[in-house]
Amino acid sequence: MSEFLQQLINGVTLGCVYALIALGYTMVYGILRLINFAHGDVYMLGAFFGLYAARWLGAQTHPNPASALAVLLIAMAGCGLVGLIIERAAYKPVRQSSRLAALITAIGVSLLLENGGRLVFGADPKFFPQIIPATNIALGGGVTISNQQLIILGVSIALMIVLRVIVLYTRVGKAMRAVSHNHTAAAMMGISVDRIISVTFVFGSMLAAAAGVLVALENPKIEPYMGILPGLKAFVAAVLGGIGNIPGAVLGGLVMGIAEVMVVGYVSPTYRDAIAFVLLIVILLVRPAGILGTATAEKV
Amino acid sequence: MARLLRAVAVLAVLVGLDLALPRFLNPYYLRVLMLCGISVILAVSLNLINGFTGQFSIGHAGFMAVGAYGSAMVSLHVGQHWAAALAGVGIPAVIAQGAALLVALLAGGALAGIAGYLVGLPSLRLRGDYLAIVTLGFGEIIRVLITNIEAVGAARGLPGIPPWTTFFWVGIGMLAVIVLSLRLANSTHGRALFAIRDDEVAAEALGVDTTRYKVLAFVLGSFFAGIAGGLFAHYNAYLHPNSFTFIKSIEVIAMVVLGGLGSVSGSVLAAIVLTILPEALRSAQEWRMVIYSLMLIILMVTRPQGLMGSREFRWPWRHRPAAPPAPAAGGGA
Amino acid sequence: MTSRTRLRIGLGVVLGLALLGLGLGCGGGGSDELVVGEFGSLTGNDATFGQSTKNGVEVALADLAAKQQGMIGGLKVRVQAEDDQSKAEEAATAVQKLINQDRVIAVVGEVASSRSLAGAPICQNAGVPMISPSSTNPKVTQVGDYIFRMCFLDEFQGAVMARFTADSLKLKKVAILKDNKSDYSVGLAQFFTDEYRRLGGQVLVEQVYSSGDQDFRAQLTSIKAKNPQAVVIPGYYTEAGLIARQARELGLKQPLIGGDGWESEKLIEIGGEALNGAYYSNHWALDQPLPRLQEFLTKYRAKFSGDPDAIGGLAYDAANVLFQSLETLATQDPATFKGLGSSKAGTPLRKSAEQKLRDLIAGTKNYDGVTGTITLDQNRNASKPAVIIAIEGGKKNFNSTFTP
Repeated sequence: MSEFLQQLINGVTLGCVYALIALGYTMVYGILRLINFAHGDVYMLGAFFGLYAARWLGAQTHPNPASALAVLLIAMAGCGLVGLIIERAAYKPVRQSSRLAALITAIGVSLLLENGGRLVFGADPKFFPQIIPATNIALGGGVTISNQQLIILGVSIALMIVLRVIVLYTRVGKAMRAVSHNHTAAAMMGISVDRIISVTFVFGSMLAAAAGVLVALENPKIEPYMGILPGLKAFVAAVLGGIGNIPGAVLGGLVMGIAEVMVVGYVSPTYRDAIAFVLLIVILLVRPAGILGTATAEKV
Repeated sequence: MARLLRAVAVLAVLVGLDLALPRFLNPYYLRVLMLCGISVILAVSLNLINGFTGQFSIGHAGFMAVGAYGSAMVSLHVGQHWAAALAGVGIPAVIAQGAALLVALLAGGALAGIAGYLVGLPSLRLRGDYLAIVTLGFGEIIRVLITNIEAVGAARGLPGIPPWTTFFWVGIGMLAVIVLSLRLANSTHGRALFAIRDDEVAAEALGVDTTRYKVLAFVLGSFFAGIAGGLFAHYNAYLHPNSFTFIKSIEVIAMVVLGGLGSVSGSVLAAIVLTILPEALRSAQEWRMVIYSLMLIILMVTRPQGLMGSREFRWPWRHRPAAPPAPAAGGGA
Repeated sequence: MTSRTRLRIGLGVVLGLALLGLGLGCGGGGSDELVVGEFGSLTGNDATFGQSTKNGVEVALADLAAKQQGMIGGLKVRVQAEDDQSKAEEAATAVQKLINQDRVIAVVGEVASSRSLAGAPICQNAGVPMISPSSTNPKVTQVGDYIFRMCFLDEFQGAVMARFTADSLKLKKVAILKDNKSDYSVGLAQFFTDEYRRLGGQVLVEQVYSSGDQDFRAQLTSIKAKNPQAVVIPGYYTEAGLIARQARELGLKQPLIGGDGWESEKLIEIGGEALNGAYYSNHWALDQPLPRLQEFLTKYRAKFSGDPDAIGGLAYDAANVLFQSLETLATQDPATFKGLGSSKAGTPLRKSAEQKLRDLIAGTKNYDGVTGTITLDQNRNASKPAVIIAIEGGKKNFNSTFTP
C-alpha cells in the first residue's frame, strides 16, 4: 500500500508538469485549431533559460527562495517572448492556409528550436543547478515526498489557479473565450483578434517554461532534445481531457502522469512511452471528444 | 497489345538502368538515388491517405517499420534459404534473390496493410486532429513494441538482412505506387476519396460509403509504406527502431505537403527535393538541420499549397482526362 | 503584397539559403592534399560522442600544424568530417560520400558499434583503412582486414570489472542495472556476468532501463529488496550519474561499479556526492602522471575549455596512429606515398599506397598513446591495459591497472 501511495505521489507530481504543458496546447488549439508542435521545445527553452538565469544570479552557490523565484520568472518571461515571436513570425502568415500547412510550419519551428538550441547550447546534456537543496519529508508509512515535489505541486497549482482567474474573471480572459468561440463575432464586438491570439501564445509559453524549470529541479539533466517526448505526451493529455477545454487539460495531465508512473512501477519501465498512446486510443474509442470535451455536432 | 508492349518496354528500361547506373554513377550518388526512390514511394503512399482522402495521418513511419521488420524477418528465416536453394539448382542468383525479395516485400506490405486496417478502423469514429493523434500514437506504439521484442533485435537493431535491393526493384515499387495512384485518381473510387476529402458529410449524404473508402485509403497507403520499408531494410542490411521515429513520419508529411496535397507528381518532386537537399547541405554540417527547418517554414509561409497545388504534371502533347478536383476552400477535415 | 510576389521572395530566400549552405562547405581542393575522412554523430541522440571524436581529431591536427605546418611527406593534411545524425543508414551514406566523393585515404570513426558496422563494409570493399576509436562490438573488426580499432573489447573490459569486483573488492553478490537500448551496455553486462560467475560470484538480479530515462526508482527499489553487495551499472554517464543519486536517495549505500561509458567530465557534476564509493573501468585516469597524457590534457583544455572524455582521447590516438603510419610510409617509400595525394585518387598507385598504409597501421606496436600503450593484435584490436577509477570525495582517482 505504501508503495502504491508513493507511486501515486510521483504520478500526481508528474501529472502536474504534463498539465502545465497541456494547458498551453489546449489554449492555442482552442483559439486557432492549431497543434503547436513547437510547444514541447518552448518547455525545453524554459529549462535552459532557467539554467542560464540561475548561473547568472549565482543561485547555486547561495540557494535561497528569492533567487529561485527570480529564476522561474526570468524563464517564464523569456519563453513568453519566444512564444510571441513564433506566433508573429511563423503562425500568423499561415493562419489562412490549410491545417496541414500550419502543422508543417509548427513542425518546422519545432525542428528549428531543437537544432538551433543544439547549436547555441551545445549537444551535451547540461546539469541544472540545485537552486533548492533537496530534502525528503516522511509522510509516515514509508511514504516520502521530497520538497522539490512539493514545490512542483505548489507552483503548478498556483499557476493553474492564476490562469483560471484570468480566463474567467478578467476582460482579457473573456476576450480569449470569445475568440475561441468565433473569430468574426469577437472581432465585431471590438476585440483585437490578433492581439488576443498573441496573448494566448504568451500565456501558454509561460506555463511551459514554468514546467521546464520545475522539471529541471527534480531531474537535473537538460538537453536540446528533451522537449520532444514530454511535449507529445502533454499533447496527448490535452486531447485526453478534451482539447480546447482548460480544466480538461489539467485532468488529462494528471491522468497521464499517474498512468505513466503506475505502468513503470507495476508493469515494465520499457513501456513508459507507449502507455501514453495506448491510453489515448482507448479513451478516444470510448469517448472521442475526450473526458471533459463536448461532442460538437457538425453543421452541414 | 499496345499495353503489353508498353509494360515490357518499361521493364526493359528499368533493367537497363539497373545495370547501367552502377557503372556511370559513383556509389555515393547511386545511394542518394536509391534513397530518393524509397522516399518517393513513401510520399506517394502517404498522399493517398492525406492528399486524396483528406485524412490527417501522421504515423506513416509506423507502417514503414512494420513492412521493414516484417520483410526482414521473412527473408532472414525463410527467404535466404529459398534463394540459396534456388541458386543451388542453377537458377541465376539475381533471379533467385529477386524472387525472394519480391516475396519478402509482399509479405511486409501485407503486414503493413493489416496495420493500416487496424489504424483505419478508429478513423470511423474520429475526425481531423483526433485522428491525427491516434495515428501518431499508433506509430509510436509500433516503435515501442519493436524496441521491446527481442526476436527482432529490440533496441539494438536487426543486422544481417540480405542486401537484395537494386534499382530495378525500387523502380518497380515507384511505378506501382504512382500508376496506382494516378489510376485511382481518375476512377470512381478516386472520386469518392476526393468527395470525402472535400466534405465528408455531403459525401455520406450522397451515398458514398465513407467508412469503406477511408479504410481503403489507409490500407493502400500503408501497404506501399510497407513496401518502401522492405526495400529500405534490404538496402541497408540493418534495421534500427531509431529510423522509424515520428520525426520520420514528419519528414514524409513535409514531402507530401511541399509537393501539394493531392498531387502525385508534386509528391514525387518534393520527395526527390527533400532527399537531395540534406545531402546538398551536408557541407554546412551542423547548420544543416537549422537551414532545413528554416526552409520548411519559409516555404509554408510563402506557398502553403505546395509546389504543384493539386495539379498533376502533364505531358503537354497528350490528351489526358481532367485533373482531380482541387480541395474545397477551407481545407480538409 | 500579392501571392506572386511572396512566392518570388520566398523562392529567392530558399535558393539563397541553399546556396549559402553549399557555399559554406566548398573549400580545399586545388593543390595536392592528404584527405582523411571522419564520420560521427554530430547531431541526433549521440551528438556528444560525435563531438568528442571530432574534438580529439582536431587536437591531433593542431599538433601536426604546430610541429610540421600540418604536412606529412610534403602534403598538407585535411580532415573531412561528416555527420551521420546518430543513425546507421546515415553513417553508410556519410562513408559513401567520404570514399567516393572526397576520395579519402583513411576513415576515422565511429563510436557506436552499429554505425561502425554500417560504414565498415564500405571501407573494406573500397580498400580504405578505417580506424574506430571506441566501438567495442567484436563484429566490427571481423568485417575485414582494413578495419581497426583503438580500444579494448568489452570482453576484456567485462572481465576486468568482474575480476575487480570479485578479487579486489571481494564482493560475491551483485545486482546489475543495464541499458536495454545499448548494444554496448547489454554486451558488457553479459561479459561481466560470464567472468563473474566463473570467479564464483552471483548475480542476484538484473534490471533494465533505457538511455534517455530520467527516473530509475522503480528498478532501484526492486534491487534494494534483493540486498546485493554492489550494483553494477554498465551504461553511460548521463544515466549513471542520475542512477547514483536516486540510489542513494532510496538508501542504497553499496558500491557502484561501471564501465568506460561512465567516462565524462560531467559525471561528477551530474552524480555529485552520490558517486562516492563508486568504481569504473576506463581507458585512462586523468590524474596519472604520464607525460603524454598530461600534455594532451593541457592542449585540449586550452582549445576546448573542459576536460576530454575517453572517446576524445581515443580519437586523438586513432588520428595520431594514422598520422604516424603516414609519416613512416612517407619516409620508407616516398614513391608509393605519393599515391595518397588527392590528385592520385582512383589510380593503381593509390591502391598500392592504401595497401601499404593498411599494413603499417596493422603493425602498430607499443605506440605510446594517451589512452595507454597500444599494440594491435592479429585481429586488429588494441591490446591495452584497463584502469580502475575510484571516486572519493567528489574526485576521480586512479585505483589500479589490469593488463590483458
